[in-house]
Amino acid sequence: MEKTQIMKAKNVKEYFPIRKGIFSTVKDYVKAVDNVNFFIKKGETFGLVGESGCGKTTLGRTLIQLIPPTNGTVYFMGNNLSDISKSELRKLRLHMQIVFQDPSSSLNPRMTVKQIIGEPIKINSKLKNEEITQKVLLLLKTVGLDEQHMYRFPHEFSGGQKQRIGIARALALNPDFIVLDEPTSALDVSVQAKILNLFKDLQKKFNLTYLFITHDLSVIKYISDRVAVMYAGKIVELSPTKELFKKQLHPYTIALLCCIPIPDPKIKKEFIVIKGEVPSLINPPSGCKFHPRCPKRMPKCKEIEPELIEINNEHFVACHLYP
Amino acid sequence: MIRKRETKTQELIRRFKYNKSAVFGLILILILVFLAIFADFIAPNDPTPSPPELENSLKPGFWSEDGIEGSPLGTDMLGRCILSRIIYGARISLSVGFVAVGIALALGIIIGVTAGYFGKWVDSLLMRIVDIIFSFPALLLAIVIVATIGQGLDKAMIAIGIVYSPQMARVMRSSVLYIKEMEYIEAQKAIGSKNLRIIFRHVIPNSLAPVIVYSTLMMASAILDAAALGFLGLGAQPPTPEWGAMLSESRLYIVTGAWWAATFPGIAIIIAVLGLNLLGDGLRDILDPRLKT
Repeated sequence: MEKTQIMKAKNVKEYFPIRKGIFSTVKDYVKAVDNVNFFIKKGETFGLVGESGCGKTTLGRTLIQLIPPTNGTVYFMGNNLSDISKSELRKLRLHMQIVFQDPSSSLNPRMTVKQIIGEPIKINSKLKNEEITQKVLLLLKTVGLDEQHMYRFPHEFSGGQKQRIGIARALALNPDFIVLDEPTSALDVSVQAKILNLFKDLQKKFNLTYLFITHDLSVIKYISDRVAVMYAGKIVELSPTKELFKKQLHPYTIALLCCIPIPDPKIKKEFIVIKGEVPSLINPPSGCKFHPRCPKRMPKCKEIEPELIEINNEHFVACHLYP
Repeated sequence: MIRKRETKTQELIRRFKYNKSAVFGLILILILVFLAIFADFIAPNDPTPSPPELENSLKPGFWSEDGIEGSPLGTDMLGRCILSRIIYGARISLSVGFVAVGIALALGIIIGVTAGYFGKWVDSLLMRIVDIIFSFPALLLAIVIVATIGQGLDKAMIAIGIVYSPQMARVMRSSVLYIKEMEYIEAQKAIGSKNLRIIFRHVIPNSLAPVIVYSTLMMASAILDAAALGFLGLGAQPPTPEWGAMLSESRLYIVTGAWWAATFPGIAIIIAVLGLNLLGDGLRDILDPRLKT
C-alpha cells in the first residue's frame, strides 16, 4: 500500500443474512456491498454517489468498522483492520469518525452539547473536567458555534446547528478520516452551502480526508476530488470529479448525470430516463447488474460480470462497452 | 443551564395541566397517599382492635338510624370500623403497588435491555422464557408462586412482581430496539464507548419513558391482583386490613343485609385503580416520544 493512500478496500463484501422460520436458518443474503475495490488518497475528498438503497451508506459504515465486513479487507493507514487485535482496532478506530445524515437522531436528546462533544474526550483521555470544557469550547468555535450553546439540549437547535454539533463531536478526537454520510441531505439549501464550506475549511485546517456519501450530484461536483458511482452494491465507475462531469463512460452514470438541472431555461436538455426498478439486492441480476435497465446492453452483459478497469488515467469503469 | 432544564419541566407540567383526566387521577392518588401516610391521625378507630368488639358486629353506618356512632361506614363482622380499616388499607395497597411494580421494573429492565441490546440468540432465549411465563394466566402463576414460597403479603408482592416482569421486559425490549438503531448509539461506537457505558448512559435513559408510563398502569393491576390474592386468602393474612381480604371476609354477609362491609373496600379498590389508570394514560400522552415532535 502506498503512503499516499489512507484507506484501501480490497474485495470488500457486506452481506446481511435473512433469517426465516422457527430455527432462524439463513435463507438468503442482502448483498449490500458486493466485492468493492478502491482506495482513498490522504487529504482528498472521495465522493460516493448512487441512488437510495445501492449500499453506499453500508459501505461507509463498513470501512470504519461500525459493521465489520463479511469478507475482504480494509486497510487503514497501512494496517489490515481485520488482522489486528481488538485493542489496536479500538485505537485505530478513533482516527476514523462519522457525521450522520439525520442531525436530530445523531445527538442524544438527554445530553447537553457539552456532554455530547465532551464524551469522546472523556472516554479516551484522562483530562479533568475544566480541561474538557476548554476543549469543547474550542471545538464549538471551530464549527461556528460559541459558549452560549454549551449547556443547551439538542432540541433547542436548528438542523444546521445540530449538524455542526455532530461535526464537532467527530472532530473531538482529532481524526484523520471522516465518513460524511449524506451530511447535508436533511438541511435546506442555504444551510447546505454553509456546512459544505465548513467541511472545506476544516479539511484545510486539520488535514482531513473525507469519504463524502451523497445522492446529490451538485454537492459532489462542488466538494469532491474523485467520485465513485455505486449501483446495486458495486462500484460501476470511478474517476476524478472534473473528468467524470466532462465525460461519463458507464451508461448508468450518463443517465444519472444528465439529470442535473441546469439553471438556464434556454438550454433544452434531453433526459435519459432509466426504465425499470432498482434491482433487488437479494437476487441481483446476473452478469452486469445494470443490464436489465441498460439502453446499450449486449448479449454478454447478461452472462459475464464486467470488471472495474482503468480506461484513461485514473478513470475506471465496469462495463463491457469498454475498452 | 438550570434555567433551561426548568423550562423543559415547566413545559411538561403545563401539558399535564391541560389533561383534565390525568389531573383528576393524580388528585385521587394524592388523596390515597395522604390517607396512607397520616392514617394514624385520620382514622377514627383502631383498625384491628383486640379483643374484637363483637357486640358491635355488622352495624350500619351514617345512612341508617340505628347506625353506630364513631364508625361512619359501619362495622364488619368482628365489629371493626370499616372506614378505619380502609384508611389503613391504603397503606398496604399502595405499598403493594409500589413494591410489586418496583420488582417488575427491576427485572423487566434488566431482561428487556439485555434482550433488546444484544439481540441474536440472547434475545431469542430470553424472549422464549418470557413467552413461557406469559402463557400462564397472571393470577394463576401468582398463586403457584405464593403456594411455593409461602403465604403472606410480602410473598404476594414478590409473586406479583415476578409475574409482571415479562410484560415490563417486553415493553423495555421494544423501546430498546427502537433506541438502539438511533445514530447517536452508532456515534458512541465510533468514539470508542464500551457496551456498558452505551447501555447505561444512552440506551436506558432514552428508553425509560414508555416503561414508566406502563408501570403506573401496572400498579393498578398489581393492586387488583393483590386484592384477588387477598380475596383467595393467599395474600394479606387476617387481621391485616387489606382491601381484597376485607372484601373476601365480608362477602358472605351481603346476603344477610350487611352490604356495606364488602361494598366500601370494593369502592376503595375502584378509586385506586381508576386514579392510577387515569394518571398512567395522561403520562403516556405527555411522555411518549412518538407522540411528541
